[in-house]
Amino acid sequence: MSPLWSAQMIAFFLISLFILACAVMMLSFRKVVYMALAVGGVFIGCAALYILLGAEFVGIAQVVVYAGAITILILFAIMLTNHEATEPEEPWTVRKALAAVGCFLLGVTLLFVIRGQAWPQGDPSVDVNQGMSNTLAIGEALFKSYMIPFELVSLLLTVALVGAVILAQQRKGDQ
Amino acid sequence: MGGTGAIQIPTGSILALGAILFCIGLYGALTKRNLIMVLVSIELMLNAANVNLVAFSRLGVSPNLNGQIFSLFTITVAAAEIAVGLALLLAVFRVRKTTEVRDLDLHRR
Repeated sequence: MSPLWSAQMIAFFLISLFILACAVMMLSFRKVVYMALAVGGVFIGCAALYILLGAEFVGIAQVVVYAGAITILILFAIMLTNHEATEPEEPWTVRKALAAVGCFLLGVTLLFVIRGQAWPQGDPSVDVNQGMSNTLAIGEALFKSYMIPFELVSLLLTVALVGAVILAQQRKGDQ
Repeated sequence: MGGTGAIQIPTGSILALGAILFCIGLYGALTKRNLIMVLVSIELMLNAANVNLVAFSRLGVSPNLNGQIFSLFTITVAAAEIAVGLALLLAVFRVRKTTEVRDLDLHRR
């Protein structure tokens, strides 16, 4: 066994700290634009985590799709609606308190379950990429064993984007 | 990095990170007042699920690529979801001039 504080562990803790700090900042910022930027930080932190875990292709896809496309799309939506929007400082309502307690209980339960379970550690001798590069191995698996889901997802994406264009279109008689 | 699975991060730590991220996203989705931020919180929850998938792909009982491929599918579905969600948001904003969640409740008068 390697020592607990190997370089990977330190990197993992720094990345987790960054992700959770950005997520908490997302919750605590008042201005909507800042929240969107904090969420971009979470996405980039997750991409770094994927690359640390050896999933380079997923990490790069995360940067391109989440940190690139989705964050920019959210910023565009904020600019197109009321971009001065702020979340007002509101007192603790019953609903908010119930949501907080429920999420806290869910988190504590999940953490207890995770702690109480003996998780198998990956076998370092197994090569998930079968000697190829990560991208090549994912491409092989995607086009051999996941052909039908891949095509279905492309269909879903086309339908969703055409639907989005139609929904967002200016129609006559809206005013 | 690369092919050999020389990753020594405990699986439980990564799963704990995913659980905390999920709870933060859930709290945001339940309490945020702005519709855009509710959508963003849902993205955060999907991201937490992705973290778990990648962790299981690498560190589970039988390491293989299935988890990474599933997380790619999740990323695609999340992109489709946010596109449709923001289009709906723009359509609603054009009619009702608001993005606040509580102003969109048709039953409350």
